[in-house]
Amino acid sequence: MSWIDIGHIDEVPLRGARLVKTHIGCIAVFRTAETEVYAATNSCPHKGGPLSEGIVHGQSVTCPLHNWVFDLNTGEAQGADDGRITTYPVRLEEGRILLDDSAVTRRSAA
Amino acid sequence: MKQRLVVIGAGMASGRVLEHLTDTSPDAFDITLFNAEPRGNYNRIMLSPVLLGEKTYDEIVTHDDAWYTERGIACRFGETVAKIDCEMKVVEGENGHVPYDKLVIATGSNPFIIPLPGHDLDGVIAYRDLEDTQQMMGMGSGNQVVVIGGGLLGLEAAAGMAAHGVDVTVVHIMGHLMERQLDEAAGYLLKKSLEDKGIKICLQANSKEVLGQDGKVRALLLDDGTELPCDLLVMAVGIRPNTALAQEAGLATGRGIHVDDQMLTSDPDVYAVGECVEHGGEIFGLVAPLYDQAKVAARALLEEDAAFAQKTLSTKLKVTGCDLFSAGDFADGPGREDIVFRDPSRGVYKRLVIEEDRLVGAVMYGDTADGSWFFGLIKDGTSIEAMRETLIFGPAYQGGDTADPLSAVAALPPEAEICGCNGVCKGDIIEAINAGANDLGAVRASTKASASCGTCTGLVEQVLQVTLGDDFQMPAAQPICGCTDLTHEDVRRLIKGQELKSQAAVWQELSWTTPNGCHVCRPAINYYLLADWPLEYQDDPQSRFVNERKHANIQKDGTFSVVPRMWGGITTPEELRAIANAADKYDVPTVKVTGGQRIDLLGVKGEDLPAIWSDLNKAGLVSGHAYSKGLRTVKTCVGTDHCRFGTQDSTGLGIKLEKILWGSWTPHKLKLAVSGCPRNCAEATCKDIGVVCVDSGFQISIGGAAGMGVKETELLCQVSTEDEAIEVVMAVTQAYREGGKYLDRLYKWLGKVGMDWVKAQVVDDVENRASLVARFELSQSIFRKDPWAEHVKEKAQTYAPIADFTLEAAE
Repeated sequence: MSWIDIGHIDEVPLRGARLVKTHIGCIAVFRTAETEVYAATNSCPHKGGPLSEGIVHGQSVTCPLHNWVFDLNTGEAQGADDGRITTYPVRLEEGRILLDDSAVTRRSAA
Repeated sequence: MKQRLVVIGAGMASGRVLEHLTDTSPDAFDITLFNAEPRGNYNRIMLSPVLLGEKTYDEIVTHDDAWYTERGIACRFGETVAKIDCEMKVVEGENGHVPYDKLVIATGSNPFIIPLPGHDLDGVIAYRDLEDTQQMMGMGSGNQVVVIGGGLLGLEAAAGMAAHGVDVTVVHIMGHLMERQLDEAAGYLLKKSLEDKGIKICLQANSKEVLGQDGKVRALLLDDGTELPCDLLVMAVGIRPNTALAQEAGLATGRGIHVDDQMLTSDPDVYAVGECVEHGGEIFGLVAPLYDQAKVAARALLEEDAAFAQKTLSTKLKVTGCDLFSAGDFADGPGREDIVFRDPSRGVYKRLVIEEDRLVGAVMYGDTADGSWFFGLIKDGTSIEAMRETLIFGPAYQGGDTADPLSAVAALPPEAEICGCNGVCKGDIIEAINAGANDLGAVRASTKASASCGTCTGLVEQVLQVTLGDDFQMPAAQPICGCTDLTHEDVRRLIKGQELKSQAAVWQELSWTTPNGCHVCRPAINYYLLADWPLEYQDDPQSRFVNERKHANIQKDGTFSVVPRMWGGITTPEELRAIANAADKYDVPTVKVTGGQRIDLLGVKGEDLPAIWSDLNKAGLVSGHAYSKGLRTVKTCVGTDHCRFGTQDSTGLGIKLEKILWGSWTPHKLKLAVSGCPRNCAEATCKDIGVVCVDSGFQISIGGAAGMGVKETELLCQVSTEDEAIEVVMAVTQAYREGGKYLDRLYKWLGKVGMDWVKAQVVDDVENRASLVARFELSQSIFRKDPWAEHVKEKAQTYAPIADFTLEAAE
């Protein structure tokens, strides 16, 4: 696994998200707590809503278009909705957000 | 032959090394101890009790002169070490060289002083040693002190001085106190108890400059312009390992002096312990790992086997009356689950973090009796599978019954206000119930509670249930969402009655079952807080739906629409040119005229928003709030200016109203119109608030809508002057803002409170109307401004990706 530094944790608002653009699509990086981050595809499997614009709560995000809720640990849609988003390994080191390069260079085998 | 050991620094870690060495092998070494401070080892973590006056300096001395003498340690106190020569194995002190066989570096750490302008003024100190403590103890009532830093040390300093009657303000850069050890809920409770002790707390506060007078500190200036006067300024914002000597000696250093598991530095005869070291990428500020290091270093010096391993740590705050405990890892990592327990009546909050049937973290406030039991479970990695359901109740409950969830209403004190309209508190209602009022109607009749606007009905019913138990049948009410059992109306009343002024306060005091709400309750609570506490509460963009967070409407393809405001529907050739230029420049695919008499630019890319706003701002155009649960537009007809039927200046009144109301947040969108005559070209009678001008004045009607349902407005009143019309519109808007349920249009609110009540509030009771207007104006002093200009200035970079790999050459 190789890690890519994409920015500082303070650049992502608490309970918010920022976008990472790549050649193979956009990744949303979520900050769920002071020092807790997740990464997943930005696109909702329902109608392609931009998940980085959703409301972040607990360890979940709600899609801004039609309120699908995804658990960022598993990527699974919650409640009655059926679907899954691809999640990517991401970690924090001294305030820097490190994203696994599989997210940037190829689609992970989900 | 005895080896020669030199120790640099007489602190808690090296003190422990010396204890181990002289206890186990008193004859192994000839020891020389250097210390820059003119004294030996004292218990630094007990400085807070000294500050509080609970202990004296003598009581916290760990090693006095006799101790060193007995052990034959040559003390060179008050003497600075100039240099370590690792080649020659010599330490060069100010008063002469000392050769060594083995060296222990324990130079500790330096407090970090923020390099603000004025940081070197007299009266700016850290909280580190006895001198600092003595300066703080010199403060008393009549003195003002500012402490920068809301961590462990800063808060202990603040509490210590507050106990001496000092007027203390804590300035903290983060959103809650002790963010490294506590989560928001516990941070909120801690803030509350400190405020009860008279300490003022400023969160999310950035220090800008230390202001002085005659070389002495006078005040701290924050970047929002606030000036906090002070006689003493304490910076408690962290420590930096003191690595200067080691670095000059050529030892490997990073943030601290690099050591291996035996506390050995990159030189085979030089050890390092304490706050100056870096082990496995970590540095250390708490005492437990320092003592572990000391033990390992002592054994390594004696050539025994030992290895230092980092362990889970727990934290307690040494402030009387602030009972908090935190251990392990309660924020980091995927795959984790929370168990949350809140008891608002006792101010208790507990949160356990579980991963794969193991407890990995715990945060507790108010009742920390079970702290060490939880800490044990964390350290031992015990499987909690079997006791998961009752785990949070502690060891006493294991194998026993689970406790009932406590109702927030049951927890309210008797003097808590339930009905704001009639000033009825919980105690009054219970008295009435005990006197025989056993249903809502009877309570209403005898106390007037919920007899006016009715928004407290749910609360009155809950008081009935809590008091009567099974004798009362609770009507089914819809809670806001799965995070709470309370309804919107209940929460609104409790936010006001209990003076809850932050989301963390709502979650805690109203027993939220989730750590920080969900997409349903967060926007509602955010609205209620900013409507009720415009000055105290800071709007939380992360609790807003994307449109309100980004001040533009998201479209189905993820692009946005941009609608600049046209006051009363009036525009100019310059504005139209600016809009046309922007449409060209940003490749806007669709330009549409809206029903609210303005122009919509559809299909703008999210990243372009700040740029297009900046261009529009330059032409004097501001946000039209076409995206907000707030004032949208005031539609007008041309009135007496041009129309042969016009009775009043409807355009002028529309513009005035829009300039007064714009930027205000309301429970749902708010649309107005002003028609110049009863022909009603502005369609005022299907707006939330409509004004129809007539010869004798202005007819104001409310509660219209033209959405999924079409509703005609109902007449509220007719007034004779424009000023009065404006006043009534402001007052009714404020009444809706204060009482409406989030996402209820005005007509729904009207249906609940009734036209008679609204008339009584804003038409008949002139005094009440004036106070509604005053509260609206107060709120507007914060919100009547252009969010576009603000975002262009302060947040533009957040609209761009944090990282963009498409800009690099494709492979």
